[in-house]
Formats: sequence, structure tokens, C-alpha cells
Amino acid sequence: MRELLDLFLTFARIGGLTFGGGYAMLPMLQREVVDKRHWATNDELMDYYAIGQCTPGIIAVNTATFVGNKTRGVIGGVCATLGVVSPSVVIISIIAAFIRNFAELEVVGHAFAGIRVCVFILILNAVIKLGKSSVKDGVTMAIFLAVLLGSVLLDASPIIFVILAGAAGFAAKEIQYKNGKGAAK
Amino acid sequence: MIYLQLFWEFCKAGLFAVGGGLATLPFLQEIAVKTGWFTTGQLADMIAVSECTPGPIGINMATYVGFTTKGVPGAITATLGLIFPSIVIIILVAKILDSFKNSRAVQDIFYGLRPASTGLIGAACVSVALSSLMDLTGYEGLSSIAGCIQWKAVLLAVILLVLTNPKLFKFTKDSAVLKKISSLHPAVFLAAAAVIGIVFSF
Repeated sequence: MRELLDLFLTFARIGGLTFGGGYAMLPMLQREVVDKRHWATNDELMDYYAIGQCTPGIIAVNTATFVGNKTRGVIGGVCATLGVVSPSVVIISIIAAFIRNFAELEVVGHAFAGIRVCVFILILNAVIKLGKSSVKDGVTMAIFLAVLLGSVLLDASPIIFVILAGAAGFAAKEIQYKNGKGAAK
Repeated sequence: MIYLQLFWEFCKAGLFAVGGGLATLPFLQEIAVKTGWFTTGQLADMIAVSECTPGPIGINMATYVGFTTKGVPGAITATLGLIFPSIVIIILVAKILDSFKNSRAVQDIFYGLRPASTGLIGAACVSVALSSLMDLTGYEGLSSIAGCIQWKAVLLAVILLVLTNPKLFKFTKDSAVLKKISSLHPAVFLAAAAVIGIVFSF
């Protein structure tokens, strides 16, 4: 019971501090879920993100369900997910009820221009951290650069990149096994 | 009855919107046209509000739509509808993943997926960088690009980078003070950035 409450509250905190969607959640997840509570590793977090891209639904919700489910089974998944969405429900309901032109207030605009800069830096740090564990050799470097450039320049669905990258990883390893190089790993 | 309909419509959006956040947008547009619960103009407001409030954008939109339609119970119903398919699908996927986790093939696939995942997040990072450091409303071809750069924002970005990740730079690597600052909660930096944004009117 304690752990379920802990899951709910941790994910509520993450949801309440995430500005700008699923990717912006990553720095908080790394801190709360990986570094502090050890509910998942950085590698697992990346797997969840990759799978979250190809399964329907919101990435933040998918990741919360994954982590919760891994920690405490189905009920854990439900608790973590309800946690991550509850701040939104409360905050948006209040805004919808009281402040019609919230987004047009000048002060809000300036504050969020500042917040966006910070979100950029937080995501950048997350990418650097993830890169250290996921980009280990020539093959993974090539996949990283191809997906980065591909999704910046092309207007293609992330699903395509995820499927191609999975296939590329599999193929590269197969070739390594054939050449006898993969056996050492 | 309208609650059931709200739940069902958002359930569909949650089931078919793949790729997160704004992927729910086309479905919301369809709901607007089909049910008349809100207009497409209101939808634009919702996106603006969602983007400057915490939480996943899709959830914010569902809550906002639900609230404008039927108050707090509507907000809860729409949000539960949106997350319901995710929970079911992810729990199934996690079960399947568990039983294949140790297979060599699955591990090889993840060997390719992890850098791809990093690349996708990197791309999201680039688009956040563009929207936070540049003002593209004055963009008139490549020669005007220098004029679009928001130098105040760039300066703040550099300062924040040093404060949050001093290990990156040679001359800040060994500073104990910076190390302490960098371990502060990200919310501290977000709050500071909001204050700086207001004070220096970003």
C-alpha cells in the first residue's frame, strides 16, 4: 500500500512539473525513477520510450504504466498512470473555470518563454546522459545520427524510425555474430 | 449518457493516436465537428493553454474539452477515456516483453532501438531549441536569421547549461559549488527561468 501511494505521488510530482509534453518529462523521470527510487534503469527508460512511440496513447502515460507495472504489477501501473494525469486534471479544470484568456496574459507569455529555455536545457542534458549509455559504437552512432537528422528534416512518423532502427540493430548484430565478433559481448 | 459518449470518444483518440502529445489533435478536431461540444477555434485556445501548463499535452486537452463540455466530472471522464487504452495495451506489451526479455533477438532489436530513442528525443530537443531561442515570426530568408535569434534567451540557455551540467566544461568541472547547484531539483531551475523570463520580459 505504501509503495502504491509512493508510485502515485512520485508520478503526480513528475506530471505536475512537466511542461511541454512527454519528452520534457524525461529529466524528471531520470531523477525520480532512476536515480532516487531505482524503479527502472536508464536503459529500461529508453526501451519504454521507444515502445511508447509505437503503441497508441500518450508517451507520458505509456511510460508511467510501464514503470508502475514493473514495480507493482497491474495495480502499480494504474496508480502510476493516475498519478501522472491527476495534476493536469486539477490544474486545467481550475484554469478552464476561472481564467478565460490565461494563455494571452502577457506575464504568462514571458514566464513561459523563460521556462521553454530551461526545458530545452533539461532535455539536452537528458539526451547527453542517454547518449552515453545508448551510443556505444559505430552502429549505434549511425542509428542515432540518422534518426536525429531524419526526424528533424523529414515530416515522418516516429514509428517508421523506431521500426527501421530495431531492424537495423538486429541486422547489425546478426552480421557481427556471423563474423564471430558478437560472441565476445 | 453524455459521459459515456465522452469516455468513448476519448477512448478512440487514446487508441488511435500514436506518437504522443499532438497526435491526439486530429481526433479532437473530428470530435469537434461531429458532436459540436466545442468549436475548432476553442481547440486552438486549448492547445495554447495545454502548452503552457504542466502535464502531458494530450491529457491537458482531454481535461479541457471534458470540462468545457460537462464540468469536473466531464474532465475526469474524458481523461480516463484517453488513458484507458494505453493502460491495457502497455500492460499486455509489458507481459509479452517480460517473457521475451532474455531472447537474443529482442536484445538485438533493443540494441538498435535505444540510440533511435535517443535520436528522437534529440530531435524534440532541436525543435524546443528553435522555438525557445529563435523568433521565427520575423524570418525572411537566410540573411535575416541572425535577427531572429533571441540573444537574451541564448544567454540564459548557456548559463543554465553550466549550472545544470558543469561536468561538460573543463573550467567548471571541478567546482564544488556548481556541483551542488547542479544537483538541485529541475523544478528550481524551471521556477528561476520563469522569474527571469518575467523580469527581463522574454
